[in-house]
Amino acid sequence: MTREAIRDAVVKALTSVAPEIDPSSLTPDGEFRQQVDLDSMDFLNFVIALHASLGVDVPEADYPKLASMNATVNYLAARVGSG
Amino acid sequence: MIEFRMPSLGADMEAGTLVEWVKKPGDPVARGDIIAVVDTEKGAIEIEVFDAGVIESTVVEPGAKVPVGTLLAVIRAPGEGPGAPAAGAAASAAAPQPPSAAAPSPAAAIVTRARVSPAARKRAGELQVDVGAIEASGPDGSITVADVERAAARRRAPAAPADRATSMRGAIGAAMARAKREIPHLYLTTTVDLSRSLAWLTAENQRRAVADRLLPVVLFIKAAARACVEVPAVNGFWTESGFTAGAGVHIGCAIALRGGGLVAPALHDVDRKPLDVLARELADLVKRARAGGLRSSEMSDATITVTNLGDLGVESAYAIIHPPQVAILAVGRVVERPWVAEGRIEPRSVVSMSVSADHRATDGREAGLFLAAIDRALQAPESL
Repeated sequence: MTREAIRDAVVKALTSVAPEIDPSSLTPDGEFRQQVDLDSMDFLNFVIALHASLGVDVPEADYPKLASMNATVNYLAARVGSG
Repeated sequence: MIEFRMPSLGADMEAGTLVEWVKKPGDPVARGDIIAVVDTEKGAIEIEVFDAGVIESTVVEPGAKVPVGTLLAVIRAPGEGPGAPAAGAAASAAAPQPPSAAAPSPAAAIVTRARVSPAARKRAGELQVDVGAIEASGPDGSITVADVERAAARRRAPAAPADRATSMRGAIGAAMARAKREIPHLYLTTTVDLSRSLAWLTAENQRRAVADRLLPVVLFIKAAARACVEVPAVNGFWTESGFTAGAGVHIGCAIALRGGGLVAPALHDVDRKPLDVLARELADLVKRARAGGLRSSEMSDATITVTNLGDLGVESAYAIIHPPQVAILAVGRVVERPWVAEGRIEPRSVVSMSVSADHRATDGREAGLFLAAIDRALQAPESL
């Protein structure tokens, strides 16, 4: 899976929990929590959406690794297809 | 015959706009069925019926904005024949009537004396607009074609987001001003050691599927519900006749809406539900609060409210009681702090919890017992 496809899946998951965001406004290294209004339930729903679309199970301990778009794509790219 | 009236969906609601009838005359209804959708300052709410029977007639047409208490429909009770007279229903069938306790609103007054030009009546028929629910702007309070077309356009177009935000701000402001004016608040705070709860939650979530993971807030809500059972003085309502204990423990969950505003719909019977069920119901409640589809019982049944501000980085908060409830619990952020346990200082995850209580209904003692009961419950998360 290409990084672009993973990024698209991340954007889709983000907009599913925060429909008001403009994906083009997300900077690659900007923190989600500052760019997007996400509470803990939104973040759980984001992780659930990623699991549904990419099949990657993000354990709670790894939540801090999903802090920005680049970090999230890097994290997922290493795990897509490997369960 | 049973009269079905515009319900009050919170202390801040004075009127609602009927968006649509989900049930129509002749349809059977059971207690809890959704009978209509009503638009309020807090969004479109699905209105449940509290009596079983068959819809005899609907009185108010979609598009009409009517005060709380207005007769909306007549329901034939089981065993009654069709067409039986309903007390007060026949007389009010032609036009919405405000409840006797409430002063007629200007809009209602206009409706009762409105005249309709033949052209406007014809246009209303074409657009299926109820002329009884149109605000008139013509000479001597008559309804014009333009009035009909405006009413039809309003019915089709839901409130614009900016209008919604403004009206919700107004509704929240009115309710909170009343709360601050009328309720003598007392405030108590405690810091709860969350080590056991979080360790239990971490282990629990490791063995759960992603979609079934539990959030700390679910534990807080359940612990608050258990504490309400122990200290019923904080769970209920204050009215002119004094305190009435809640019939169950229905926790209002303060939910911030994207774009501003908040609602606090209820999770029902929280003390009796397992955490799994509560987690699912809370997720569903948040989703519906933000996307639409809250139900009337959720808007009106809460016996106490919990507001969780920790996600915003807030360490502690003192919340305003949502009348007619008598208490609200505010939860802050989970933080690591030095903690003295068994004579040693060690880092622990702790959270600040504050209860605001109505001093007319209760005292610091009960509020203190309530906080202590929450603390105890969170020290035994496996039993929640």
